Amino acid sequence: MTYLTRTPLSLDQLVARVSSPACGGTCVFLGTVRNGPEERGVKAIEYSAYEEMVEAEFGRLVADAATRWPDARIAVQHRLGTIPAGEASIGIAAAAPHRAQAFEACRFVIEEVKRRIPVWKKELREDGTEVWVDPSGHPTSRPSDSPTHA
Amino acid sequence: MHATSATVRVRFFARYAELVGRSEAEVSLPFPATVGDVVRRVREDLPGGRQLPERPLTAVNLKQVKLDASVRNGDEVAFLPPIAGG
Repeated sequence: MTYLTRTPLSLDQLVARVSSPACGGTCVFLGTVRNGPEERGVKAIEYSAYEEMVEAEFGRLVADAATRWPDARIAVQHRLGTIPAGEASIGIAAAAPHRAQAFEACRFVIEEVKRRIPVWKKELREDGTEVWVDPSGHPTSRPSDSPTHA
Repeated sequence: MHATSATVRVRFFARYAELVGRSEAEVSLPFPATVGDVVRRVREDLPGGRQLPERPLTAVNLKQVKLDASVRNGDEVAFLPPIAGG
């Protein structure tokens, strides 16, 4: 299975992949490209990735979730390329026998994505400028601003 | 056992690729070596290398590692800008 796509995400397909009569709750998360007051005219975001590592790391991440919630069924897909404001960049569906595990597993996956999955985004602004986004969600144009690990 | 040097494939992504003007490079260095040694070599030898952080996030063979992780001949070492997915 591939965790990456360059076409618009299909929530129906994600939900279909986790659907099971044994699951009484399905939690769905969609992350979308935002152009709110803070963004100052973002018309799209260009997503790029270390694709081989994304596939490997998503496999490890979903396995970690399966260890924590053995009865949960999880489907996740990240979109790459230029994604217009308002469209989804990531979709997650988590189904479980009961709603609590479905919510927890879904939340776990998106939080781990933010921490572990090597994807980067560049804002394409209406004024023609392009700005890399740092992990705190704010654009940066400085060359060596990255936080480091110990 | 290999000889006294190791050659690794280095990959750059996103802003780091822009800073060094390339997406990959080959680096040879004395063995045994660590990821930190690769980072130092890249920063010293590659045009634009000094613009990369001294302690970037790194991966070896598709797994995040710390800078004291060892590298072997043929490994793929990636310089990862701060992760910003989702």
